[in-house]
Amino acid sequence: MADTNERISTLVGDNDVVLFMKGTPLFPQCGFSSKAVAILDHCGVGYESVDVLQDMEIRQGIKAFSDWPTIPQLYVKGEFVGGSDIMMEMFEAGELKQLLDEKGVAPAS
Amino acid sequence: MPMKGEDIIAAIEAELPGAKIELTDLAGDDNHWSARVTAPQFAGKTRVAQHKMVYAAFGEKMGGELHALQVSTAVPK
Repeated sequence: MADTNERISTLVGDNDVVLFMKGTPLFPQCGFSSKAVAILDHCGVGYESVDVLQDMEIRQGIKAFSDWPTIPQLYVKGEFVGGSDIMMEMFEAGELKQLLDEKGVAPAS
Repeated sequence: MPMKGEDIIAAIEAELPGAKIELTDLAGDDNHWSARVTAPQFAGKTRVAQHKMVYAAFGEKMGGELHALQVSTAVPK
């Protein structure tokens, strides 16, 4: 478990934007993950995605790491932002773009 | 065994007394729900904290027995 926490810390520390999801951005395996991908694509930022279906340790570990029970989960600059519902609420309110700008996240190349 | 809508509402009401809950069956299959929860307890809390308060009503069921619950939260005006 300690190792899993470390792996997650490294993932969210080394990447500006990380989405823990089911499946991949091209082939999301769940409607909520698909929605999260669509929102990030719409924001035009680059992000790292982690397919929790390929890694049971991360799948369980991420829930403890953030104290959040569901996937997907979005991290920006090491901070937990929320799941797909919060992403959508923030996106609609313009707050997600604002957060990404404030944190200095670079656009997708 | 998916959770019934009335059980979902009861669980949220027990966790957040006085909350107003609008529950929608998104797919008509008793398995994909959307809950709009308006509760005075949310005042001054971040979105993440508000959603966690709703999730707390379901404990271990979240992501298991309760597969899909879309949540949105608001403070009563």
